[in-house]
Amino acid sequence: MPDPELGNPSEPNDNATGLPVLTSWPAVYGFVLVAFSVWVVLLTVLSRAFL
Amino acid sequence: MNAIDYVVFLGAILSIACYGAWRTRDRRTFNTYLRGQGKLGWFSIGLSVMATQASAVTFLSTPGQGYASGLGFVQIYFGMPIALVIIAAVFVPIYRRLNVYTAYEYLGKRFDRKTRLLGTAIFLLQRGLGAGITLYAPSIVLSTVMHWRLDVTIICSGVVVIAYTTSGGSDAVSYTQRQQIAVIFAGMFAALAVLWSKLPADLNITDTLSLAGGFGKLRAVDYSFDPHNRYTFWSGVLGATFLMLAYFGADQSQVQRYISGESVRESRLGLMFNAIFKIPMQVFILSLGVLMFVFYLFETPPIYFNQVAWEHEASEGDTEQFRSLESEFAAAHGQQRQNLERWIAARHETDEQKESEARQAAQAGQARLDTIRDEAKRIVNLRTPTNEADYVFISFVLKYLPHGLIGLLVAAFISAALSSKAAELSALASTTTVDIYRHVIAPSASDNHCLLASKAFTVAWGVGSIVFALTVGMAENLIQAVNIVGSLFYPVMLGLFLIGFFLPYVGATAAFLGALLAQALVLGHYFLAVQYPEIGFSYLWYNLIGSVACMVFSLILQPLFPPSSSLVDSQSAAS
Repeated sequence: MPDPELGNPSEPNDNATGLPVLTSWPAVYGFVLVAFSVWVVLLTVLSRAFL
Repeated sequence: MNAIDYVVFLGAILSIACYGAWRTRDRRTFNTYLRGQGKLGWFSIGLSVMATQASAVTFLSTPGQGYASGLGFVQIYFGMPIALVIIAAVFVPIYRRLNVYTAYEYLGKRFDRKTRLLGTAIFLLQRGLGAGITLYAPSIVLSTVMHWRLDVTIICSGVVVIAYTTSGGSDAVSYTQRQQIAVIFAGMFAALAVLWSKLPADLNITDTLSLAGGFGKLRAVDYSFDPHNRYTFWSGVLGATFLMLAYFGADQSQVQRYISGESVRESRLGLMFNAIFKIPMQVFILSLGVLMFVFYLFETPPIYFNQVAWEHEASEGDTEQFRSLESEFAAAHGQQRQNLERWIAARHETDEQKESEARQAAQAGQARLDTIRDEAKRIVNLRTPTNEADYVFISFVLKYLPHGLIGLLVAAFISAALSSKAAELSALASTTTVDIYRHVIAPSASDNHCLLASKAFTVAWGVGSIVFALTVGMAENLIQAVNIVGSLFYPVMLGLFLIGFFLPYVGATAAFLGALLAQALVLGHYFLAVQYPEIGFSYLWYNLIGSVACMVFSLILQPLFPPSSSLVDSQSAAS
């Protein structure tokens, strides 16, 4: 088994997300959490609009 | 099912299995067998993670759950985006840097051998118990309604999944899951289209939503803070976050899916794909059930959806009582239909007073129908306890879908069973090989030897689960019991990982003892709550309480144990 401290030598640069606009990982995570909040708001509106 | 259905069904299942075996025919090293070639992109990883989580029961039962209780079940997934963000940010880079085959190797590197074995044992206990059920649960439903032999259904699906998983290892699981999830969604969208086309022609989309909402089926989010209420916003965001952290971060069947990615970036994006799309996917599946509810407002449903059990009990018991209930139900449904027609007419006339009256009459009519159905459920469950929700969707599929699409839907259910089963087998085999066999029994074994051992363990776990499913006469309440056992052990396993990642000053012995104490606390409360239900709460809360207790106990115990060398190693590993 490879020495864990050496890591995976073929690992590419993981700091880049490769996405347009969301160029850092905190931005990607923020986007995901905003999308989650939007889902919750939409479901709450649906729950209350058709009581 | 007719010949066309069997052609579609067998064609889909067998061609995917053969494709998986062929595509991965060159996985001949231990590394590529367990982790794949490391070429999977984020989309494949995302689909693989999704397919592993979505078992056949998800697609068989969830529409039934939507039919019975509406959209509220979706709240269990509210913790998922939060958990996946934490896993992507913290867990993934560490697993990748340590280059581990299994999640439990991390525990060995961070703590010590006994902690690694504790994590391994919890995983094997939980997944091992679940292994028989993954095939059994959908098989019993499909064999009941389609009059297939249960043993043949279990053996055939088991043999197919063992064959391609043993042949190609982790990559075979990922490649087949991509095709399987395509079949699943093709089937579900086809069912949605048919369902929509069968609603009454004069019912527009707002009428449909008003009817569903009027009977409480659109109540998706419940902000009440009642610990006895299983699905609320708070149990979803707090309790389910820890459940999802445990499942995606510490369960090898999921960890194996994303550590086989090409890079940290691909693994992270695969998880983010699930973080964004899982909630809408579940809303879609539950909405099928809600639409079925609206459909059955206008079309008389069976009084009990497991008609095989109903007819069996009717022939064995007081037949007169069963037929009388059926007549009462049909009459009440006819009356209810008139109430609904008045409601819809009042809506179209925009007469609020009449609409309110008609709506109240319809709600009273629905309560009467529910009372009759509850009585039907009670008399069937006296001798044959079944989970009726499992039969709602399949009975609709068999009665209302055209031939060809029935075959596609059955292929979708079996595909879901195979995709989760394959990931489970692969994870059980890799954990047994890496954390037990290579770590404890044969430390000097070569890679080739371990490759053969891993294949043998895949077959052994597969055959074991088939034998378990065939020999243990599992009632459906036993299936639930096994699921509860799982939820009692998950939290402590997660606790060990959270200590490893977030409490670098806690050493191996304190973590190990903290885990044992937390496990005793969870089990103690569970058994106490069985005796005194008033102190019980939804099982989702165990995930939060168990993992936090594990961390707190280990922090309290840490001063009693001097720092060891493993602590120093672990700090560099976890940073």
